[in-house]
Amino acid sequence: MSRRWAIATLILAVLVVAGVYEFRALRRHVSQLSTEGPSDAEARRDVVAPQISTPTDVLAPAQMFWLAPGSADALAPVTIQLSLSTDPVQRSKQVIAALIAQSPTPAQRTLPADATLLQFYILPDGTAIADFSDELANETPSGILSEQLTVDSITRTLAASIHSIARLKILIHGQESDTLAGHVDLTGFFAVNTPPAPVPAPTPPATTAP
Amino acid sequence: MIAAGALLAHAVAAPQTIPPPAAPTAPAAAPTTAAVTAPFIVILDPAHGGADPGAHGSTGINESDVVLSFARQIRSALQVQGISVLLTRDADIDPSFDDRSAVANARDHAIFVSLHISSTGIPGTVRVYSLPIATPPPAAPATMPSAAGLLPPPVAEANPHPGLRTWDNAQDSFLDLSLRLAQLLQTQLTQNFRGSPPAPALVAVRQLRTIAAPAVAIEVSSVSVADRRQLDAMAGPLSDAIVHAVISFEPSYVSGAGSASAFAAGAH
Repeated sequence: MSRRWAIATLILAVLVVAGVYEFRALRRHVSQLSTEGPSDAEARRDVVAPQISTPTDVLAPAQMFWLAPGSADALAPVTIQLSLSTDPVQRSKQVIAALIAQSPTPAQRTLPADATLLQFYILPDGTAIADFSDELANETPSGILSEQLTVDSITRTLAASIHSIARLKILIHGQESDTLAGHVDLTGFFAVNTPPAPVPAPTPPATTAP
Repeated sequence: MIAAGALLAHAVAAPQTIPPPAAPTAPAAAPTTAAVTAPFIVILDPAHGGADPGAHGSTGINESDVVLSFARQIRSALQVQGISVLLTRDADIDPSFDDRSAVANARDHAIFVSLHISSTGIPGTVRVYSLPIATPPPAAPATMPSAAGLLPPPVAEANPHPGLRTWDNAQDSFLDLSLRLAQLLQTQLTQNFRGSPPAPALVAVRQLRTIAAPAVAIEVSSVSVADRRQLDAMAGPLSDAIVHAVISFEPSYVSGAGSASAFAAGAH
């Protein structure tokens, strides 16, 4: 082997060793980021919907409605400690932000992790308007049951902490949407602290089938 | 399209679970074959289709495929009983909500059954839904500091043609009948599918709102099953339950309820 070939081989070997070292360091770094850093959803939420803090905030228990542990079709209340404002609009934003971000387990989640509450208003007649990002519609599992559980978790959580809201209108990115994810009608209002409409007693059947 | 003024008129109640019928009435025995054509028509609505597959399972199950298969099997079971049946779609297409509603609203004495498969829920169970009764807006302004004035309070738009139905709220006149149909269906389905709830639920299902006839949605759980055959196996008991419930429902509907034909001009 000529001297030139020996030098080239040596340089190549040095480069390979350096590459392996750099690759291992890069893997460690990526692994660290994935375990310790915020998720994409969390990072995005920090930018789009920063933590809401008001001068009147006090730490108080708040009842949240997520999926019951081990259940795919029922909600259950969970009480957590939240820093809550006395202003009903700010308080509503705080509990909905917690509803999105603080579910005990991913399986108990009722709203997509990427969803954010863009705006929240309360009108003098007790009508609340919640404007969510597109992710609420795009990432809620399609189906009557799943969509209703999503709406139900929002209205029941609001009812538990903000007693002045009578009904809720849900907007998607500032617009009225026909449905949440293809089924549940978003063109109307959802009762929050209003007693449910009376259910008519079923009339006894006239006759049985032939 | 939805008339803007009508949007505020149909307040939606919170979901309610309703008690099952006091006296279960569905015939226990298999329905007899009717000698004559029944005086009503069943509109089966396989949801989604075309570019909209609906719920999609991890094993590749599409809601739109399964519900179309269900609808065809249910159609056969109903026709055997002499009951006329129409499907809102009989191919892989996706009619709009209004197109599907038009199939029912153009006919007297229709019964509308929308078929769905859920993304979630306990596999093998079936739920029935009808629309809740509309709740009026809050009576008096609540006393609270808020973003008052940012948006005008909603005002319900009066129907300029009393006696005629508006397309957007066509279901309003049929809520009682829909609830009764839902109760009969849920009773039958709970017998056939263990673990299903004992009573139907009142939920604001968009498709039902524009139906001027007794209308329910049936949702089977779920596209998350490992094998499509698990869902296919539900078609028979599902058909039986629907046949029983429809036959039980007929007397209370045909003898007393009106038809779908009159709509307020300009509402659609």
